[in-house]
Amino acid sequence: MTPGSNVETKTAALRPRANTETAALPQRLHGLRALAGHRAIWPLLALALILAVDGAISPGFFNVRIVEGRLFGNLIDILYRAMPTAVVALGMAVVIGTKGIDLSVGSVIAIVGAVITWRIHSGDPHLVVLMAALAVGVLCGLWNGFLVAVLDIQPIIATLILMVSGRGIGLMINLLYGGTNPSFTSPLLQGLSVGHIGLVPTRIILGAAIFGALWLLIRRTALGLFLESVGGNAAAADLAGINARLIKYAAYVICGFCAAWAGVVLAADTHTSDPVSIGLYIELDAILAVVIGGGSLSGGRIYLGMTVLGALIIQALTTSILTSGLPPEYNLVVKAFVVIVVLLLQSDNLRAALSKGFTGRKR
Amino acid sequence: MSERYLPLLATIAVFSALFITGGLLYNNFLSTLVLGDILADNAFVIIAAIGTTFVILSGGIDLSIGSMIGFVGVVMANLDPLGWHPLASGAAMLAFGLGFGALQGLIIDFCEIQPFIVTLAGLFLLRGSCFMINLDSVPIQHPFVAAFAATSIPLPGGGFLASSAIVMLVALAIAIVIAHFTRFGANIYAIGGDRVSAALMGVPMRRTTVAIYALGGFYSALGGVIYALYTSSGYPLAGTGNELTAIASVVLGGTVLTGGVGMVAGTLFGGMILGLIATLINFNGSLNGAWIMISGGVLLFLFIVMQRSLLSSFRLRGVA
Repeated sequence: MTPGSNVETKTAALRPRANTETAALPQRLHGLRALAGHRAIWPLLALALILAVDGAISPGFFNVRIVEGRLFGNLIDILYRAMPTAVVALGMAVVIGTKGIDLSVGSVIAIVGAVITWRIHSGDPHLVVLMAALAVGVLCGLWNGFLVAVLDIQPIIATLILMVSGRGIGLMINLLYGGTNPSFTSPLLQGLSVGHIGLVPTRIILGAAIFGALWLLIRRTALGLFLESVGGNAAAADLAGINARLIKYAAYVICGFCAAWAGVVLAADTHTSDPVSIGLYIELDAILAVVIGGGSLSGGRIYLGMTVLGALIIQALTTSILTSGLPPEYNLVVKAFVVIVVLLLQSDNLRAALSKGFTGRKR
Repeated sequence: MSERYLPLLATIAVFSALFITGGLLYNNFLSTLVLGDILADNAFVIIAAIGTTFVILSGGIDLSIGSMIGFVGVVMANLDPLGWHPLASGAAMLAFGLGFGALQGLIIDFCEIQPFIVTLAGLFLLRGSCFMINLDSVPIQHPFVAAFAATSIPLPGGGFLASSAIVMLVALAIAIVIAHFTRFGANIYAIGGDRVSAALMGVPMRRTTVAIYALGGFYSALGGVIYALYTSSGYPLAGTGNELTAIASVVLGGTVLTGGVGMVAGTLFGGMILGLIATLINFNGSLNGAWIMISGGVLLFLFIVMQRSLLSSFRLRGVA
């Protein structure tokens, strides 16, 4: 589905909504088209709605104050907690842009956590451990890229392999030095995860840095164009002289790196290597973030900012359920409903059917 | 013609090889007792995987299976103290599974949202509903459950075919008939082979898509009923991750994830291979449970690579 046709069908769906003025006003229609056609509008509305409900329920929700030399408040908390998922989702957005998917990010996080704990226990310098952790993520990305680009395996299945076995690999690494859930302390890694620079938590700064670097890489170099064209039509991109294989490799390596960074943050946060539960379901949240942000699983488009917005929506939802006093058991159900509603709103068919119903089946 | 059966034959060969390896390594492994146990222990997942086979054959995917298994058990366990017979609550849950699957299919087809995302929302919805109903394991105390567990058919060699395995085999037989001897089955293969051609040939797309996911929902609910009866309880975390086991069973059973190629019968052996690996590792005793995950991944890899080379010999690569 090209974005152009999308806009056309959206306006077709919108036309009956302004039904008193159907015959006239192409200019006003144009304004509506620009507003409703902009891809950011629905997710932004969703986020605003969630935050507005929060503000109504708990009056001090938007307060941001300084406690112990760092910013503190619900809004900061949403950013803070969303950061690992958001960064994983950024990598996921790149992979999905190439018409791929990476189910293994949660397992990569598990492996990274295990490697960190193992290397710290063997007495490596912590900077080396950090490098090793990121290198492991890149290695996992290379493996996925090899399966997808060279062996030409369908991405969902290719990455399922590492997803199924990755947590097992993490457990095996733990066993290397005999421990089921070994813990570690590292001022460097914990500083990256739960520390703060000035007033701002470090992980938010680093997340923003990764976002900036990716944005430059994708929007200011040809790589982004190549990634999207491979996702749009791999065969055509290949004929146009783009090395589709290399581009797919790059996408999975970027995704592996992002997952590794999330692994560092999450493992340092919990101080342990717990391959069974660390980053559980993060692949699903990351994919959701991309889709809520308007990315299509059929590839061809990479929306970095929108993806972060998607991750923020997911986290804002979780946070607001907790602050609203609803039992945390409701979290998944509410999340499911929001996802369904956001997706249904983006469906042209449904909007067309609804507006057809409102205008009494004129067309 | 024979090429069609190659992936199935390969799956059966791997299963036999693993089984014989177990027999060489351990006394009493090569018996109907072990075979019956594997069938009984994995019946619920294989039942769910049979439903998934249809979904995957059509080129789709269903992630809501594991949550459905958990949800069915929790509801059945909560209806038990209200005086519901497990068969009655089970039947109600089968109807629910059918309806839930149909709704997923309708959203997928009508709203043109990817199956992955729709069934992911289904996963969240059902698992969240489990947590909302209760957080603990609830026993099902109706005498029927004990009677169900006690029912079995003796096999030659001292083994037993447990009631859950019997249900599974019946469900498999029905699925084989649906897949290979009905127009609906042919339509599934057509859609999985090439959506556009299928639509042009007059396959009723919406009706078929809804029916496929309804069938998937029905089978995963049946898996949930069997799991609840087998464990005589409902636990909100039951079935977590079973969607992956089911998908892996389907792939190991020779069905290609892009759709259109594969056989329902293969899923039985795919599921049994995974069960056999777990049993082998349990027999060993010294091996860590991590090996179950790793060997599952390695097997998946080998099978997929094998399928790729088989598929390219079919000249079917363009299908994807």
